[in-house]
Amino acid sequence: MEVLEKTIEKETCYHCGEDTSNTNFHIQEKSFCCRGCQTVFEIINKSDLCSYYDIESKPGINQKQEIRKGKYDFLDDEKIIKKLTHFQDETHQHVIFYLPQMHCASCIWILEHLNKLDSGIIKSQVNFIKKEVTIIYNYNTTSLKKVAEALTIIGYEPHISLNDISSTKIKKYDTTRIVKLGIAGFCFGNIMMLSFPEYFSLGKSDDADLKFWFNYLNLFLSLPVFFYSASDFFISGYKGLRQRFLNIDAPIALAVLITFTRSVYEIISNTGSGYLDSMSGIVFFMLVGRYFQNRTYQSISFERDFTSYFPLGVSVINADGTEKQISVSELKIGDRIKIHNNEIVPADAMLFLGKATIDYSFVTGESIPVEKSISEIIYAGGKQTSGAIKLEVIKEVSQSYLTQLWNNETFTEDKKDVKVSFIHQVSRYFTYILFSIAIISAIYWMINDSSKVWGAATSVLIVACPCALLLSATFTNSNMIRILNKYKLYVKNSSVIENMSDIDTIVFDKTGTITEQGTSEISFSGKDLTVEQSQLIRSLANQSNHPLSKSIISYLPFSKVLNVKNYQEFKGLGTTAIINENSIKMGSSEFVLGEQVIELNAGSKVYISINESPLGFFTIKNAYRKGLKEIVFDLGSQFDLKILSGDNASEEPYLRTLFGDKAEMLFNQKPEDKLNFIKQLQMQHKKVLMIGDGLNDAGALKQSEVGIAISDNTNNFSPACDAVLSGKKFILLKELINYCRKEKIIIYASFVLSILYNFIGIYFAVQGDLMPVIAAILMPISSISIVLLTTGLSTYYELKLKK
Amino acid sequence: MSAIYIMVGASLLLAIGFLIAFIWSVRSNQYEDDYTPSVRMLFDNTTKQENKQEINNQPKKTK
Repeated sequence: MEVLEKTIEKETCYHCGEDTSNTNFHIQEKSFCCRGCQTVFEIINKSDLCSYYDIESKPGINQKQEIRKGKYDFLDDEKIIKKLTHFQDETHQHVIFYLPQMHCASCIWILEHLNKLDSGIIKSQVNFIKKEVTIIYNYNTTSLKKVAEALTIIGYEPHISLNDISSTKIKKYDTTRIVKLGIAGFCFGNIMMLSFPEYFSLGKSDDADLKFWFNYLNLFLSLPVFFYSASDFFISGYKGLRQRFLNIDAPIALAVLITFTRSVYEIISNTGSGYLDSMSGIVFFMLVGRYFQNRTYQSISFERDFTSYFPLGVSVINADGTEKQISVSELKIGDRIKIHNNEIVPADAMLFLGKATIDYSFVTGESIPVEKSISEIIYAGGKQTSGAIKLEVIKEVSQSYLTQLWNNETFTEDKKDVKVSFIHQVSRYFTYILFSIAIISAIYWMINDSSKVWGAATSVLIVACPCALLLSATFTNSNMIRILNKYKLYVKNSSVIENMSDIDTIVFDKTGTITEQGTSEISFSGKDLTVEQSQLIRSLANQSNHPLSKSIISYLPFSKVLNVKNYQEFKGLGTTAIINENSIKMGSSEFVLGEQVIELNAGSKVYISINESPLGFFTIKNAYRKGLKEIVFDLGSQFDLKILSGDNASEEPYLRTLFGDKAEMLFNQKPEDKLNFIKQLQMQHKKVLMIGDGLNDAGALKQSEVGIAISDNTNNFSPACDAVLSGKKFILLKELINYCRKEKIIIYASFVLSILYNFIGIYFAVQGDLMPVIAAILMPISSISIVLLTTGLSTYYELKLKK
Repeated sequence: MSAIYIMVGASLLLAIGFLIAFIWSVRSNQYEDDYTPSVRMLFDNTTKQENKQEINNQPKKTK
């Protein structure tokens, strides 16, 4: 058994768990997949941090991609240090780094023992959910740059982006909401307890002294509820009224105010004990509902723009040829910059030295890199993938092709928040009816028994406040948000769920949204290749750096690379060479066959001929998501479907077979075109759901009623949007949309229930003798049954969703 | 009946004590991260010393 275990152990890297069968890096009978992983192990071992490997096995981050020396030189810049650190005294600086690689308990352990790597680090504390580490270090013995390098050495390269310095304040964790909730709960419980004698003797307490003291204690306890916990309702109601808009908080604030003043009056005039228990109870329940509704998924940010993607520092080449690191925001037109391998081009620039292979997947979602030659323009957001290049900046960062999208008015105004929830409208009708009942009962008592006028009118407003409606909405929303999280649809806030129910048009982005990121489908059409042929093709493809060649290499079985002679590469056409005295051609149909073949199917084609006899062709195309056909078919019956792609129209024939002939399809769309297209649809009174993934969709996502970003790895970055859906759950799209549409049904159902309770309460209230005990019984019963009903219904619909 | 005044007073004081403790715990950001501390408390304070000699031929450097 032990032998077996050892062989299994040997096959994977001790550090990162990757296959090591082809490599030869060993220390202490431990094997490693690459030099990088081995180095990390050595450092960890030397610093006495080996518990890292005991907490979880193979916890490391693969180190195959080496990180360039001097990458963090810009962190020596005083201005940048000042902006990145959030606290500084004579010796210490505090900094928060975002480490996307953090994934397990071992990560937490090693990141909290950083001072073994660098004794200048005084304390480091991890927030795992946010993937952040707060580091306190002594800047006399170490520096921000050294701290960042120490993290990088052990595989946790901090993500430092332009956003880190442009947004000035750190979002502070808001505690007042929880404090308000806690105080309301505390006062509610104690007031209830002190009101017990009142409940049991049904208002006719024998001990007048006791009653007096308890009433005043209740009054004392209700002060923080009224003045502190309930303050949000007053503020929001007042703000609404000032803008001539009756929102749901205004009648609630009014009900709280009336209950409080009447209770104070009763206690002071010694005519009764008031309804302070009901008041504090209702405030407590409403705060609980709001708290849960506003609790959204912490680790996902919905407000990212391009600055979160762009690097902070860039190497600028001075006139004398020396390099200097400056902040990207200081880049000027005409600056000459050096972009290293795997770095992002921060501004539109012209290539003047080096070989550029630009991966625009950040911007367009397109995963196959594009080759660029000298004096071609490289757009900001592209990632260089083949060594260092030198560029001359032709546009400022904020004016570049991609980034100018954020200068559009869509990003400066916050449209969606203006849209009014239907809850407010319903509450308005409710308020009108309630006031009518109060006035009618007041008039009735004015005629029959004028002593009961005020009692009856205020009781109606006390017992039937629209709190039930607010409770229905908040608990339904919070429960739905929780259930949607379970299905990996992370919504920004509850209004997204509501907006979803109005949708009638769905617009898809193509690349990365309906196709899967990073995978391509390769197939060979023609006669089956012999072993020798495939060896020849592989050897030729191996010579070229073209992305298509790389795909072909990964498709063909592994073989030895043969000696290649007379290798020639024709840009945009193909390559040719002589291998083992066979002349091989590989490339477009024009190049290989000498004639243009009209392409029927989607995808890029690479034709092959050996000794002038054509063998067939490879088809390389994006792989569509699994189940796309079914989803499109299902959604098509319910919504208008449209496609908005930044790509060329090569895939249109295939997409037509899925989406039908009527579906609108637009190709070659720039980021701004996408935004304007959504605007046009909205002008035709369409309610648009945009589904996209890349930064180029950011404008459309923002402009649409609901913008969902598809993300294949939820830890990755996604542009600003209303909701993030995991690519794995794309197949559930229709079910999730329809689930959101149930929100209104659930809210209405629980609203009907609460109206039933209101009828009972009003029945007592209009008679002018609402006893506190009845109010105190009705209030928690109605609140709890509403919570149960909304939870039950949303779970019931979830069970249907599973099917 | 006078006992009830003392008891109510005592119970309120106790409850206020808990309320203050709650407010303190919220204010000191104990609710900000409710996952990491649960992992952190399981870590041992000692690190493993074995196997160190085999790889470290040169004396340990202190930075």
